Amino acid sequence: MSTSPTTVVVTGLGATTPLGGDVPSTWSALLAGKSGVRNLDWEGVEELPVRFAAQLAVDPAESIPRAQLRRLDRSQAIALIAAREAWQDAGFAPPVKRAKSGKAAEAAPGEGFVVDGDRLGVVVSSGIGGLHTALNSYDVYKEKGWTRVSPFTVPMLMPNGASGHVGIEFGATAGSHALVSACASSGEAVGYAIDMIRAGRADVVICGGTESCIHPLQMASFGSMRAMSTRNDEPQRASRPYDKNRDGFVLGEGAAVMILESEEHARARGATVHAVAAGCGYSNDAYDIVLPDPSGSGQAKAMLRALDDAGLRPEDIVHVNAHATSTPAGDVAELASIRAALGPVAEKLTVTATKSMTGHLLGGAGALESVITILSLREGLVPAVANLEDMDDEVDLDIVRGEPRTIPAGPAAALNNSFGFGGHNVSVAFRRAV
Amino acid sequence: MAIATEQDILDGLAEIIDEIVGIDKSEVTPEKNFIEDLDIDSLSMVEIAVAAQDQFGVEIPDDELRNLKTVKDVVNFVQNLQQQG
Repeated sequence: MSTSPTTVVVTGLGATTPLGGDVPSTWSALLAGKSGVRNLDWEGVEELPVRFAAQLAVDPAESIPRAQLRRLDRSQAIALIAAREAWQDAGFAPPVKRAKSGKAAEAAPGEGFVVDGDRLGVVVSSGIGGLHTALNSYDVYKEKGWTRVSPFTVPMLMPNGASGHVGIEFGATAGSHALVSACASSGEAVGYAIDMIRAGRADVVICGGTESCIHPLQMASFGSMRAMSTRNDEPQRASRPYDKNRDGFVLGEGAAVMILESEEHARARGATVHAVAAGCGYSNDAYDIVLPDPSGSGQAKAMLRALDDAGLRPEDIVHVNAHATSTPAGDVAELASIRAALGPVAEKLTVTATKSMTGHLLGGAGALESVITILSLREGLVPAVANLEDMDDEVDLDIVRGEPRTIPAGPAAALNNSFGFGGHNVSVAFRRAV
Repeated sequence: MAIATEQDILDGLAEIIDEIVGIDKSEVTPEKNFIEDLDIDSLSMVEIAVAAQDQFGVEIPDDELRNLKTVKDVVNFVQNLQQQG
């Protein structure tokens, strides 16, 4: 099995998504085939080519006080919400707030395991960063001048801000990182977290991704690329990977966070293990800044490297949570890459496309779909692809449609693919905890 | 703008602090030090000062802001400027 002496396990899950404000509600909505896509009600929305998106199901203001929200970009606020859920799920003690004055922190944490901050890392990615903040602050500047621009604008718009805030909240002093690689960002965050633990730099890493950029500028700029579905009359049916009538992706927002931990650390504290974070593979297309390499060789390399890193064989893979964004070219090209990477055994595995219900979370997608892959392994249940009415003739792998599909008990492994503008390909391998 | 009483300024400042950093108005009493007692950082102080300038119609230059350590310092500073007209 793994060539690394350190096995990394997943002990906490958190998310806030277009389907629900936490992991259980998101998971049950996925199994029920619900859509998180809604019409946008902005003033002037009729001027846009796309007038719908998958906005958050639960407003972050429901759990973060107003004054704290003033200094958090929406993408940062939701990363904190997801991180808090994952932290609690892992059974860790609530963090102790440190005073700005440098006074000693109040002791007496609540129930739970107290993590050594110097052994705690954080890797929370965003593909875009604080777009709402950047644009809103520019509006304030133009209307009222520089003195009225919030002094928190820079930390709110920087793409490493979410990682910084999560690190502050939980006292993660081993290191804080934010990998920026468009829609592959948070797949890479999981891979980086695995490596931090294997390298001995941390015992526990809070990792994930976040994105919130549903703003007229994004609708206009993805619209001008002709990348998004324009099914304005049926928004909930717009995200339809593998369907003949798919016409582009649906923009989504949300955050997902996992607690990764060395197996030794997790076992010593008696933690519940959701899955093994077995390994991660990367590649770069080095072909075009937005178009994927049509040969698919980069995507296949990422999957092969993930297997290698995880010490898995192609026949160990029973399921792939595909990148599948519902674009005409991308969905079937990825299936060809899966076949190229795994060979004939690719026909035995199941493929699903989470984005059919959540929309595309960009920098949050890899983390959310990792959470879903982990749950699929743990629960033995793969959500079906929504809106798959008329299968594309080029689809030649087993796509889960109609009802969720079971994964039989016993050893099982799965891949979660994420590909990003810039040429980034990342595939994360998870193994069922046994 | 009518000249505010010391209590008016204190109440107005407490409202601003509640809005910006979420500290309950009852906590904002004259002797409180912004950093030591209320745990307010320097960037938040900038926001509070800008809001106070708008509310009380006075200028608080950055050089002066550094010297305003307590709630009472700000109240006195605003009151003095208002009285100078």
